[in-house]
Amino acid sequence: MMLLNEVLSTLLSTLRDVAPIIFVIVFFQLVVIRRPFSHFKNLVIGMVYVVLGMTFFLVGLDKALFPLGTAMAEQLTRHDFINPTTDQSISIAWQDYYWVYIFGACIGFATTLAEPALIAVAIKAQQISGGTIKAWYLRLAVSLGVSVGIALGTYRIVTGIDLYVFIIAGYIVVIIQTIFSPKLIIGLAYDSGGVTTSTVTVPLVTALGIGLASSIPGRNPLMDGFGLIAFASLFPIMAVLAYAQFAEWINHRAQLKQQNQEGE
Amino acid sequence: MFQVKNKFIRQLFGSFMDLLPILVVIFVFQLVILRQPIPNIADIAVGTAFVVIGLTLFIQGLEKSLFPIGETMAYAFAKKGSLLWLLLFAFSLGFGTTAAEPALIAVADEAARIAAEGGMIEKTDSAKNDYAFGLRFTVAFSVGFAILLGVLRIIRGWPLHYLIIPGYIGVVVMTFFAPEAIIGIAYDSGGVTTSTITVPLVTALGVGLASAIRDRNPMTDGFGLIAFASLTPMIFVMAYGMIL
Repeated sequence: MMLLNEVLSTLLSTLRDVAPIIFVIVFFQLVVIRRPFSHFKNLVIGMVYVVLGMTFFLVGLDKALFPLGTAMAEQLTRHDFINPTTDQSISIAWQDYYWVYIFGACIGFATTLAEPALIAVAIKAQQISGGTIKAWYLRLAVSLGVSVGIALGTYRIVTGIDLYVFIIAGYIVVIIQTIFSPKLIIGLAYDSGGVTTSTVTVPLVTALGIGLASSIPGRNPLMDGFGLIAFASLFPIMAVLAYAQFAEWINHRAQLKQQNQEGE
Repeated sequence: MFQVKNKFIRQLFGSFMDLLPILVVIFVFQLVILRQPIPNIADIAVGTAFVVIGLTLFIQGLEKSLFPIGETMAYAFAKKGSLLWLLLFAFSLGFGTTAAEPALIAVADEAARIAAEGGMIEKTDSAKNDYAFGLRFTVAFSVGFAILLGVLRIIRGWPLHYLIIPGYIGVVVMTFFAPEAIIGIAYDSGGVTTSTITVPLVTALGVGLASAIRDRNPMTDGFGLIAFASLTPMIFVMAYGMIL
């Protein structure tokens, strides 16, 4: 019974989220384009699938993963886990938080793989590129990026280094990579920064950030807890650009080899 | 290996594989590192089944509705040839979907709390509500502007990085002038604006436009709308923090 209630209330809030999108689409289709939708029945069925899918997805996450995930984030950042001795005079160095970095990296990687928005973009990219870009490799690259990003982001919260130092350095790396990357991948790479952090990743990562910031003396959870999302949206760009450069390099080498063989 | 003919069942299995890494991470950390039992196994099993079913339905619906809608509307606008209406559509789509985004509402409320504690605004509820509403409006406006600019870029065929790199420079410059308390929120707001339903729609719109317009390559020109939508909120939110 409680489950049913939960499903219904999530369904309502999902419908509320979708309402403005449907309103904009219907308005422009009927008033501006002035043509009925083609395959109307299919669109409606598809929309029902999307809304029901989001609802089940969110209820499921709320039941299965979020309570445990957030509880773990809190436990891993707790003082007595980091420093099990009773001697409080021993101060904790940043290395002592290694489980936090490892957890951040693992959970960032795992949640990004399951992120529906990323799956959507990866499917599209594979279709458009005619299969040159594999959806699976793209998702893997993005997940690795998020994983590195979250690990570095938790390290930043522990050490208290200013957020903008990392972000500016990250931008410089992205700009340099852009210059040397194959032009085809640039749009996709920049996009993948924005799609990584939605439904699954944000709640778990926020819990990790706030838990960490409240357990370290001198950190303000309200101020230092932020910033992990920014890391998680910056590093995938680098990862995807690097993936493209690597793929190009492999292709290039294969071609050189072939040419050499033909020359002999 | 057995061959699964049914597409739905194959997709269910695929969704389960997508979810498996999260389960592995959580179980390993809980049992091996924290050395604690797994609470509520039944809840976790039911929840996991829900997530798998939900993800499967979402992906099926994606190919049936969100992708075709975005693409056919892009073609219709390209055929109609009215730039003004297309730009208005782009703005409405960005603005409308962001203003109601739950993640953004949560971040805006959080930001209002920080601003009140930092003494930037009064500690009354009405002042906080005004601040949160203003912030949401700012972000929604900036995303609308971003999609508009991105669509204009596709039509004109400007290279993406000519716009993104100045955007980065804008973010860096603003960082030095914006109040310190807002920087973290501003940086994060870029990531939370693009929801799971908006992303496929906007991606299909961009790719559809790039395929409909001659001399545009869907791969180089079609992507990039999401990138704008995650960049402009950072600049606009820092500007919001400076003005208030």
